Amino acid sequence: MNDQAAYDLECTNITKDFGSVRAVEDVSFVIPSGSFFSILGPSGCGKTTLMRMIAGFEKPTSGDIRIKGRSVLDVPPNKRNVKMVFQHLALFPMMNVYDNIAYGLRCAGTPKSEIEPKVRNVLERIALPDVATREIHQLSGGQKQRIAIARCMVLDPDVLLLDEPLGALDLKLREAMKIELKLLQHQFNTTFVYITHDQSEALVMSDHVAIMNNGRFEQIGRPEALYHNPTTSFVAGFVGDSNRWKGKVAEVKSDSARVETDAGLTMICKRREGEALSAGQAVEIFVRPEFISAKKDGAADNADNTLTGTVDSVLFNGANSRVLVRGPSAELIEADVVVTGGPEDLRARDAVRLSWSAQQTMCFAV
Amino acid sequence: MQSDIKRLSLILLFAPFALWLLLLIILPHIGIVALSLREKVAPRVYEFGFGNYIDFIQEPIYWNTLLRTGSMSILVTILALLIGFPIAYYIAKIAGKRSRGALFLLCLIPLWVSDLIRAFGWILLLRETGVVSSFLQDIGLISQPIEFLYNDITVIIGLVYTVILFMIVPLVSTLDGMGDDMIEAGYNLGGSGFTVLRKIILPYAMPGIVSGCIVVFMMTAGSYLTPILLGGKNSSWFTEQIYDQFITRFNWESGAAFGFLLLAFTSLVVWLGLKLTGQTLANTVAKS
Repeated sequence: MNDQAAYDLECTNITKDFGSVRAVEDVSFVIPSGSFFSILGPSGCGKTTLMRMIAGFEKPTSGDIRIKGRSVLDVPPNKRNVKMVFQHLALFPMMNVYDNIAYGLRCAGTPKSEIEPKVRNVLERIALPDVATREIHQLSGGQKQRIAIARCMVLDPDVLLLDEPLGALDLKLREAMKIELKLLQHQFNTTFVYITHDQSEALVMSDHVAIMNNGRFEQIGRPEALYHNPTTSFVAGFVGDSNRWKGKVAEVKSDSARVETDAGLTMICKRREGEALSAGQAVEIFVRPEFISAKKDGAADNADNTLTGTVDSVLFNGANSRVLVRGPSAELIEADVVVTGGPEDLRARDAVRLSWSAQQTMCFAV
Repeated sequence: MQSDIKRLSLILLFAPFALWLLLLIILPHIGIVALSLREKVAPRVYEFGFGNYIDFIQEPIYWNTLLRTGSMSILVTILALLIGFPIAYYIAKIAGKRSRGALFLLCLIPLWVSDLIRAFGWILLLRETGVVSSFLQDIGLISQPIEFLYNDITVIIGLVYTVILFMIVPLVSTLDGMGDDMIEAGYNLGGSGFTVLRKIILPYAMPGIVSGCIVVFMMTAGSYLTPILLGGKNSSWFTEQIYDQFITRFNWESGAAFGFLLLAFTSLVVWLGLKLTGQTLANTVAKS
């Protein structure tokens, strides 16, 4: 195997213009074989256009798309070995489950004797061995989902594209399908490219995630890297929850900086490697709620950043409970807390001290 | 109380429709059937019997006309489908959102003009001294005037023109309901353009195709003005026979028998068509 074929899908400098609107701008990435790759971005960021170019429904204005090392720009969509699970699944309502799955095999000219065992086999792999004769409208949402995947996987594609396929499901089913999709991907060992605007879908399932905004890739990386070491303020704000302040740099040290926020707070934040900060520069600061510890006032500690305030309200949500604290500058700050049900729990109007370390304070020049 | 009001409003809403069905459709047809089963034995003396139907079978010109009307109507239906489908597909799937309404309106415009005027329009174009004939003479393609009227081709063209709209409307509405992703999925899974048309688009549009075909066939077989005006004496359309019996010969019994036969014959053709294509009224017309 040569170096190129180690990647199932390579996109190089893809740009797509619709008239004067640039939908996708200079996007490059490679996806190693057998991995789960997500493209995460707000709606309208160009991720669907990018996927449609990979599937062949749109032609890139410039750039190259290679599948298994071979450029597919001149290959029509029905000849590309890239299959797609559509947002609304697009199962064929006039065919039953068996015919839906057999459709692709028949198009490929598979001999009749091979179609039947292949369909049975893929139905068993998605754990729905008995639905072959059912009509599409008799299936539940989760079953439809799996049939749509089976319909693609029976053709043994190089890459499977999934365009927000969980969007139409209700919350409980969506949570279950997330895990199931990941398991299916392991089972088929095929490269999945998953498009979503739901960060938890992307973070839970993916080996690698690309964050897309305004037609560009902001950052590509493993989910935990995106979460803990975002390289742009968009990624820091988009992935996970954050408290966010705007401010100006007051003083720069070798590994940290002191920032005065517009509301008058002073914070110490870490300097990321290679980031040039200078005094007076406008920056944005992000601190995740789980890194802020909220304690009843009076308990002293020596954290880098501390401030005092009063609890505005407690948002109880089991293990993900949170308090909203009104700080000295009247802004609301979110902090994760453990609610045990005992007397030491924070309640509204309690005086509270918030503290967090400079390590967890991310600072981006704007 | 609540259910009483519900039932009353249902009855009130249903009443006009039931009256319409009963008074204007069922009663007249019972009358026609009863009329057709009378035989005239002497002036103002009638007997029950099947004489009018026996006359029909024994006179080849009658049933030949009926078969001819039926087969030409089937041809018109097929032509309307072949021409109408691409138009409907273009309007529903290819045209942009804004031009879609305009195109649909363009299809509707001919309906604003009565059948009669439209038929005379064709006559102006196609008669011996008409626009087409004189244009062909002017450019030197033909040396003397040609009569384009009064032949089967003209009748068929005229009929297709009259009924095609009733094919396009149900087709547009069914094709409109088909998501673009369905077609894209068809290609994505490896189908060629022809496979996608045959396995996905046509089966999906089947309810529209069947209801369009039924409407068009019934309208064509029952049409009177277009075949008479464009086909003249040669048209031998079955409705002309019915008209003859009622008005010219004043033989109401025979005319009623012919009318009933036309209804029975067209119903039979529709039923056969449904059987042959494996469709039912319930899953096609009711759905479109």
